[in-house]
Amino acid sequence: MHDVAIDAPPLASEAPSGPAAASEDFQIVPLAGLPIVAVVLALLIVGIAVNKLWPLTFLHVVGGAAWTIIDLFLGFVLGPIIGKMSIPARIEFTKRLMPKMVLIMPTVVTVTLAAGWQLGVYTGTVDSGNPLHGWVVASYIVVGIMAVIALGLLEPANIAVLVELKKPRPNPAVIEKLMKRFIYTAGATGLMQIATLVIMTKLASS
Amino acid sequence: MTSLALIVAGGIYLAAHLPEHVSLAPAIALLAASALLLATNLVLLARVPGFAWDRFFDIAKWALLAYVIIAGTIEYAFLRNHLKGGALVVLTLSLVVFAVHVPVLIGFTVARFYDP
Repeated sequence: MHDVAIDAPPLASEAPSGPAAASEDFQIVPLAGLPIVAVVLALLIVGIAVNKLWPLTFLHVVGGAAWTIIDLFLGFVLGPIIGKMSIPARIEFTKRLMPKMVLIMPTVVTVTLAAGWQLGVYTGTVDSGNPLHGWVVASYIVVGIMAVIALGLLEPANIAVLVELKKPRPNPAVIEKLMKRFIYTAGATGLMQIATLVIMTKLASS
Repeated sequence: MTSLALIVAGGIYLAAHLPEHVSLAPAIALLAASALLLATNLVLLARVPGFAWDRFFDIAKWALLAYVIIAGTIEYAFLRNHLKGGALVVLTLSLVVFAVHVPVLIGFTVARFYDP
């Protein structure tokens, strides 16, 4: 792989079909990352199978921390920066960031939720008679809303941007529209993550 | 999106009441509504002239593989905790709808914006 300059296209509104852009080839799903994902999922299955406090806490906290930080960082730090970049710079950045997100986010979310459920079973907080159960149900609701936003809007936009970028002549208008969707939904899930932090710190300190 | 929200709501309803006995009727109603909406979406999609089906299937098949693995991992967590009976059936069917629904959404978004 090598860097190739992309001709600066006009604004999307002025050019529905961008100029020919010598695009650097990339993988929508980085194959080199798949073994890492497989190892993480294997660790998750082992963690659930052994059903001990430390592995479950480790997987849930590491996964949850990564999920929260990525959402907050994307929504409130990287998002505004990307919004101010020129379109060619945005395209270059997107090509490098988004394929990694295709692997990282589903893995992190699956590990957090599955280990979290098992941890709740182990500690008894998923039991409806537990005094902390109300907080756990609140976390289900917050995570449920985040899941609908992430799976219904964010991830399809992510993949569609990458497919568009694979074309010999990517359309800047399509990329801009989809990237806006990606950044806004990342911001929305970032806000929801603040609620998650409140709930999880309350659970951890009770 | 609505179909996905319904399936998530059904999952939250069941998870919030476990492990005690819970009426399955609301979860079954949400699951049925979600499956019906998904089927309606697919029928409507099939009628769209010029829809980029090649791109849709190119993307959706790999997404389906990924989401079957994810749904399988969640199912394993349910089985590990000896969930059984009606709750297991409803949650498993909900996972099936989830594992089909997300790839459809991804494939649809890609195909919708695809202009060769």
